[in-house]
Amino acid sequence: MSVLLEMRGITKEFPGVKALDRVNLTVSEGEILALVGENGAGKSTLMKVLSGVYPAGTYDGEIHYDSQLADFAGITDSEALGIIIIHQELALVPLLSIAENIFLGNECARAGVINFREMERRTVGLLEKVGLSEAPGTLIDSLGVGKQQLVEIAKALSKDVRLLILDEPTAALSETDSQALLDLMLELKEQGVTQIIISHKLNEVRRVADKIVVLRDGATVSAMDAGEEDISEHRIVRDMVGRDMAQRYPARERRAGDLLMEVDGWNVFHPLYPDRQVIHDVSLSVRAGEVVGIAGLMGAGRTEFAMSLFGRSYGQRISGSVSMHGQPVDVSTISRAIDAGLAYVTEDRKALGLVLDETIERNITLSNLPEVARGQILNEAEETRVAEDYRRALNIRTPSVFQHVVNLSGGNQQKVVLSKWLFAKPEVLILDEPTRGIDVGAKFEIYGIINDLSEQGKGVIVISSEMPELLGICDRIYVMNEGAFVGELAAAEASQERIMSLIVTH
Amino acid sequence: MEATQGTQTQKQATGIGAYLVRHLREYGLLFALIAVMAFFQIITDGTLLRPVNVTNLLLQNSYIVIMALGMLIVIVSGHIDLSVGSVMGFIGALSAVLIIELDLPVYLAMAVCIAAGALIGAAQGYWVAYWGIPSFIVTLAGMLVFRGASLWLLEGQSLGPFPREFQVIANGFVADPFPAAIGEALAGLFGVARVNVLALMTGVGASVIIVWLELKKRAQNQFYGMQVEPAAFFWGRLAIVAVALIFILFKLATFRGLPNVLLTMGVLTLIYAFFTERTVTGRRIYALGGNVKAAKLSGVKTERLTFLAFVNMGVLAAIAGMVFAARLNSATPKAGFALELDVIAAVFIGGASMSGGVGKIIGAVVGAFLMGVLNNGMSIMGIGIDYQQVIKGLVLLAAVIFDVYNKSKRT
Repeated sequence: MSVLLEMRGITKEFPGVKALDRVNLTVSEGEILALVGENGAGKSTLMKVLSGVYPAGTYDGEIHYDSQLADFAGITDSEALGIIIIHQELALVPLLSIAENIFLGNECARAGVINFREMERRTVGLLEKVGLSEAPGTLIDSLGVGKQQLVEIAKALSKDVRLLILDEPTAALSETDSQALLDLMLELKEQGVTQIIISHKLNEVRRVADKIVVLRDGATVSAMDAGEEDISEHRIVRDMVGRDMAQRYPARERRAGDLLMEVDGWNVFHPLYPDRQVIHDVSLSVRAGEVVGIAGLMGAGRTEFAMSLFGRSYGQRISGSVSMHGQPVDVSTISRAIDAGLAYVTEDRKALGLVLDETIERNITLSNLPEVARGQILNEAEETRVAEDYRRALNIRTPSVFQHVVNLSGGNQQKVVLSKWLFAKPEVLILDEPTRGIDVGAKFEIYGIINDLSEQGKGVIVISSEMPELLGICDRIYVMNEGAFVGELAAAEASQERIMSLIVTH
Repeated sequence: MEATQGTQTQKQATGIGAYLVRHLREYGLLFALIAVMAFFQIITDGTLLRPVNVTNLLLQNSYIVIMALGMLIVIVSGHIDLSVGSVMGFIGALSAVLIIELDLPVYLAMAVCIAAGALIGAAQGYWVAYWGIPSFIVTLAGMLVFRGASLWLLEGQSLGPFPREFQVIANGFVADPFPAAIGEALAGLFGVARVNVLALMTGVGASVIIVWLELKKRAQNQFYGMQVEPAAFFWGRLAIVAVALIFILFKLATFRGLPNVLLTMGVLTLIYAFFTERTVTGRRIYALGGNVKAAKLSGVKTERLTFLAFVNMGVLAAIAGMVFAARLNSATPKAGFALELDVIAAVFIGGASMSGGVGKIIGAVVGAFLMGVLNNGMSIMGIGIDYQQVIKGLVLLAAVIFDVYNKSKRT
């Protein structure tokens, strides 16, 4: 196979930081290369160099594309040669149709007048290629994230893509959608589209990649050939974090004390359609020191259940009872739920968990300001002390607690959200996808925090789409499907197969 | 990555020049005000800082400053209030009707006016907070409604004059409690006709308090290992602020002393600065503006706070309306016309962000005075109202561009 892309000695410096340090990358025509590494390892920066977001001259090193020296002045130059990036945050216009989105900026038009029939005809062809059976006139708004991802790929195909770069394409996708996407990647490979995938999910990487390149601290650590070498996840992880991580999950003693919280007969209806029941008769219990998991596919209703429980922040016509230590408690508003000892750590930390343009300190104290105030008047010294305590306890990597959280990496942002809820002094914490989009090292630390909480006798409910994670950290797992609990497994008897079979047989 | 970012920040902080660059916005505003004042002082041959003009400057801008306090909170909470000019005019008209036509006692009428302002704020805030109707629309409607309502109240006519005891809220001066002998002695010392000792003492006292508070804060920050500004900056900034304060109040002292309005304005500014920076509710308003969903999920009662922000705005618009009417000594249907734009401009020049969550009371006040000095200086120079508008518009645009540029450079 001939070489399509060769990046040689790419060095990119930001003021005071060397983001990339003499990185070499070679991609052969028609292969799928996986780029893995911790957050901040330089993957996205490398791809930005490649696509011309950082124009030639702002970095050192050479890019050879199709045996030509390429110096892109901008993203249009790279797109003209068929290099197309699909970013993690999809760049689609929600209120335009599929066809309009695919040809956005590239409309089939004569003298500025759009030829809709031609556009739709070509859209149908493209959608067929990516296996999406939707009408070209459908609004993006009405599609799920999985289908939107496919539209992005169709858009890339419309531009005669030769090198397709997918940045964390499955981060927001359910298991089935992820599998479908990976299948599509393999199919595109058959058609000769060279691809680079950036991913945290090692099982996916192993499934599709011909070559795996590990970046760490802006440098290439290893390049593995999937065909020749025996690539274990263990080895990739070791290369990524730079140390041998004997275990992905810290050891913990299982302990379960007295009954802490009990939810009985919980029913919730859709916030917009009062007839549609979203949660059906869910009952759950958590003991002191127990880590309880809720497994399920995307859309199973786990987040909806958790948010409806937490001060009715989702849904309407909610019924059911909640008790703490055997006493019924009122969780009808968020402040009452907090007072009752509940905390909910959202799955969407940027949109729902953090005030991004505020300091770490102010984010941490937000859920419990009266604790650092006398009456109405804030004690700023006390506030700083509290924030410093959490920074140390949770190992938030930052020069000071006065940094704005927007500047932190995903793992550290998650620790700030956790700190905020620990400071609210809850008895039961609901953690919704606590490790989504954060790197392996930070995940390990989050698991450690969960263990600490359990040791302190708190109840922890973990919602996660990663089954190995639930199996690794939970004492007991509820399985949820279509808004109802379809099974309950003790850690000892649980396995991925058993969870899956509970889901599919209901 | 995080670690390298850390060292980077610390490295940047070492140079004084680098520090200035990073805090350009905060100092920039202060320097801009001083530069503009110096410019007009020279170009108007010293008219700008004549005691009578300094007094006028404060009186002319008092109602803008008062409303800017409320507007800052509304804008920080992520909203806007376009109705304040109309509400101000309406309350002025209401006060005239109550006092002049209905012969209500002045203090009762003032209480009624403030209550009316709160009610107007509540009526608008209700739709914004509990119904989620965009504040732009609700207050645009309010702007039209209350513009019409003032016309209706006044039947298209001006109404005046007000009794003396109402006029003093805008045109009165605080009586000097110090013996006249001290004033005369000081007047002789400085070589001026007279000196109002209270005004001078206020300037000195305020400067001392500011220096003391800043020192305390700096010591506390150092104690907690927070980054503090370089000593040269700290003292330089304090010196400028203290000298400017004493200078302005000295000017006032040699005219008629401390205007009542300055006292109202000063006290309100202090209260609101404290409220926004040091109280639980104030902090929650910033969180609400920064990310309403995250604030709500953290147990902040976001609807209620939004509602209260508008109620507060209504109250301040009412106070401003009375000050304005008292100053003109009549209520006119035109009062407050397009004034909301000056108020909003002041807040944005002061560094608040359109998207909410960012902004300071002191910034809004300085922003208001910057606009005020521009107005005043250009009027003294005899520049036409046409050019004045153009220049003010460009200043607003420049300030916001500067903000955006600064922010993009940092990330």
